[in-house]
Amino acid sequence: MTSNAMNAAKRPQVGLFATCLVDLFRPSVGFASVKLIEDAGCDVHVPVAQTCCGQPAYNSGDRADTREIAEQVIEAFEGFDFVVAPSGSCASMLKKHYPGLFAGDAAWEDRARKFSEKCHELVSFLADVMMVRNTGASLEGSVTYHDSCSGLRELGVREQPRKLLAQVRGADLKEMTDSDVCCGFGGTFCVKYSDISNAIVTKKVTNIDASGADMLLAGDLGCLMNMAGKLKRIGSKVEVRHVAEVLAGMTDKAPIAGGGK
Amino acid sequence: MDDARSTIMQKIRTAMRVSAGDAERNATVDARLSQAPKGIVPMRGQLPQPGQVDLFEEMATRFNATVSRVAGYGQVPAEVLAYLRGHNLPAAIRVGADARLGQAGWERERTLEVLHGFSDGNDLAGVSHALSGIAETGTLALESGPDNPTTINFLPEHHIVVVRAGDIRGDMEAVWEMLRGKHGKGQMPRAFNLITGPSRSGDIEQTILLGAHGPRALHIIIVE
Amino acid sequence: MELTSNRFKQNASKALVDAQLQKALGNVEKGFIAKRQKSADALPEFDALRDNARDIKNHVLAHLDLYLEAYETKVTAAGGHVHWAETAEDARRIVLDICKRVGARTVTKGKSMITEEIALNDHLTANGIEPVETDLGEYIIQLRGEHPSHIIAPAVHLNKDQVESDFRRVHTHLDAGRDLSEPVSLLSEAREVLRQRYFAADVGITGANFLIAETGTSVIVTNEGNGDLTQTLGKVHVVVASIEKIVPTLEDTSQILRVLARSATGQDMSVYTTFSTGPKRPEDPDGPDEYHVVLLDNGRSAMLGTEYQDMLRCIRCGACMNHCPVYHAVGGHAYGSVYPGPMGAVLTPSLNGIDETGQLPNASTFCGRCEAVCPMRIPLPKMMRHWREREFERNLQPAVARYGLKAWAFFAKRPKLYRLFAGMGMPVLSMMGGASHRFRSLPLAGGWTKYRDLPAPEGKTFQQQWAERQSRKPEAA
Repeated sequence: MTSNAMNAAKRPQVGLFATCLVDLFRPSVGFASVKLIEDAGCDVHVPVAQTCCGQPAYNSGDRADTREIAEQVIEAFEGFDFVVAPSGSCASMLKKHYPGLFAGDAAWEDRARKFSEKCHELVSFLADVMMVRNTGASLEGSVTYHDSCSGLRELGVREQPRKLLAQVRGADLKEMTDSDVCCGFGGTFCVKYSDISNAIVTKKVTNIDASGADMLLAGDLGCLMNMAGKLKRIGSKVEVRHVAEVLAGMTDKAPIAGGGK
Repeated sequence: MDDARSTIMQKIRTAMRVSAGDAERNATVDARLSQAPKGIVPMRGQLPQPGQVDLFEEMATRFNATVSRVAGYGQVPAEVLAYLRGHNLPAAIRVGADARLGQAGWERERTLEVLHGFSDGNDLAGVSHALSGIAETGTLALESGPDNPTTINFLPEHHIVVVRAGDIRGDMEAVWEMLRGKHGKGQMPRAFNLITGPSRSGDIEQTILLGAHGPRALHIIIVE
Repeated sequence: MELTSNRFKQNASKALVDAQLQKALGNVEKGFIAKRQKSADALPEFDALRDNARDIKNHVLAHLDLYLEAYETKVTAAGGHVHWAETAEDARRIVLDICKRVGARTVTKGKSMITEEIALNDHLTANGIEPVETDLGEYIIQLRGEHPSHIIAPAVHLNKDQVESDFRRVHTHLDAGRDLSEPVSLLSEAREVLRQRYFAADVGITGANFLIAETGTSVIVTNEGNGDLTQTLGKVHVVVASIEKIVPTLEDTSQILRVLARSATGQDMSVYTTFSTGPKRPEDPDGPDEYHVVLLDNGRSAMLGTEYQDMLRCIRCGACMNHCPVYHAVGGHAYGSVYPGPMGAVLTPSLNGIDETGQLPNASTFCGRCEAVCPMRIPLPKMMRHWREREFERNLQPAVARYGLKAWAFFAKRPKLYRLFAGMGMPVLSMMGGASHRFRSLPLAGGWTKYRDLPAPEGKTFQQQWAERQSRKPEAA
């Protein structure tokens, strides 16, 4: 018991910010994240006081609600060594955008800055912080990887998922054209401007299909649901999964889309 | 419009919360204007001068100019004539009063008609002398004036530009120094043209076509 | 032009089914992006130059009043005239007065977005003076009675066949049987037609990419040579430029020039970078007899000191729209404003007010590609978000969106209630998704399911399952 506690004290304590979409739609991604973080040598905690990072309010211009949500997240997570989210866009919200919400409020600004330094997107946390080189997973088939915008351009997540995927036994990475171009999701954009969003996601699924890969992976559930929804609508057989599911070797659950049915 | 001027100035100063008489701001601006600090100068052009000439030729060629080298001004007329013949052009050029070109000995090429002064739009070929060439981008630097009228840079279908190898520099900043040396700090010729290749347009389906409203071809003669 | 930004959605829907337009828009993605990348990659200092360019403009904006004064002094010393215009109307009046004083009947124009902003052509035409656009793209759209759909490629929304039919319609003095099947024949025809116009014009009007305070110089950056013919052959050269075009020195100009053409067209340098200082001098054989600069504010000073100040660093390269998935989908005209794309989505509300333009900063996925390629490192998405905040403060967004957001925020701020409702709702929704695990339509989700299926949730929420797992673990705290 004592030695366990001591070991635990040395292991990094990670607060998992599951994100609302994973919580509601795809818990498998949450459990895959837990496995990956634990395998990397950390203890995982899931504070119950988490809902959403506040992006819908933030990107709709509602600063007051965003700030209240941010305070709630900071209070729930600031005690951990690291805060990890299986989403580039939510992680970037915590890491890059929270501090600015408190501009002019010195105490909170400082708190938010310290908090933001602990925040990471899942795959870059594994690769860059925990120095994971191989997650030990295997997969039969080819995959293509979509770079979700916030992770790519705000957090620099690009090589990390590719390097880890390259170590997945049996998985063959087939790059699609324009993997770094937006899928047209954009949060509320995809419903507010559904015609335009459709045009953008149509180009995206054309590129996905053209890659010849069996499976589409990405690090953000919003983008994945958008692309999966479009792939399903056009009758594509391409399986859609969060990259964490493959890296964790947890592909037993039905995919978000595809799988031949 | 003094009213508009003072209103705009007032709006700017109010928005920026500054006053006109702020000595520190004035000193900052005066210092920047007088010292003209260099920013980042690409390494690309930081070569011994002969290397700059080679790079200039390489870059100018890359950007669709043609380049030839001659040993002295005396060879320029023959080179010009060869260019005109090679392009099935009449043996006629328009040229300004540049003394270096004037002493090149055009009269030796008896078949060549040399018209002087600015171009009226009827010249198929014009010859100019450049102040300098900029190696980093293969760019010519030309000054307006009676020596090299601006119209010759733009109206003829073929623009032939003579540049002394020794005048070629690695970067734009070195050419600003040449300009200041010649005209004085803060002074410019009326028109100063940086020219990189022949005129072009991509306005139809983004297809790049050479020869838009300016010259269809740019030929550079480097005098060593 | 008539501002139709608030009809953006309708404009966009039309654009999406316009086959000609969609074909032409393919050229934006095909050309600009790879060329920019290639030229940027070839210059190791490119990103450091972007930082410098940003810093130079920030420095200018912090000292704008003083640099404008220094610039004016130098222009005057070189024999030029500086005119100050607070509004678009003032600028139009100043230009018209100059044209009238010299008895101008036609004016030639170099490509200039600022004269689009002040709607100069309509004003000149209404006063009996014919403006002739000389940039190929501008010439084409002037023939069609259109406005630019892109700030550096005004006719990018058109295909070759459309240009051919316009030329045949307008150039009736030419042989009807001529071959115009190749783009180069269209270019040659425009060259011939416009050549005569330069010589006949009384006044040449250009914009400016830079105004150099050190020397009192205006700079234009072009490829075709039309801008130079415009400003060299007219008796009078009028430069119309907004106040933030100022740069301190020649050195500062070269810093920004190194990122401008690379970001715009992927060239190391545009073909013609022309520095003009004052009118024709006594010894000069050519050049304009008069040189005027109209310095336009038109809302810029009101952006200083606000969260939109960074937008005044913009050098109008077009990289943001070249890389914008929304622009790629709908083209520039859908924005219904002079300036399209991401830079327009920030600038247009500043110039025309958010009430009339609120659609623009909302029509972005915030993918961030515009900011990633902006040579001046302008945080475009951040400023679009600031416009959304202004809208939110004033309740300008549609009621459905506002109430939906409020309802969502209510739960997001109450984790216990959120868990309760999510825990009850998701398993139900999951069962409703059926064996195919998806919805082809769902009440309140029509915006989503019109074009795509909605993947059904797996069942119990992650938090529910996590709590169950923890309670099964004997050692769990």
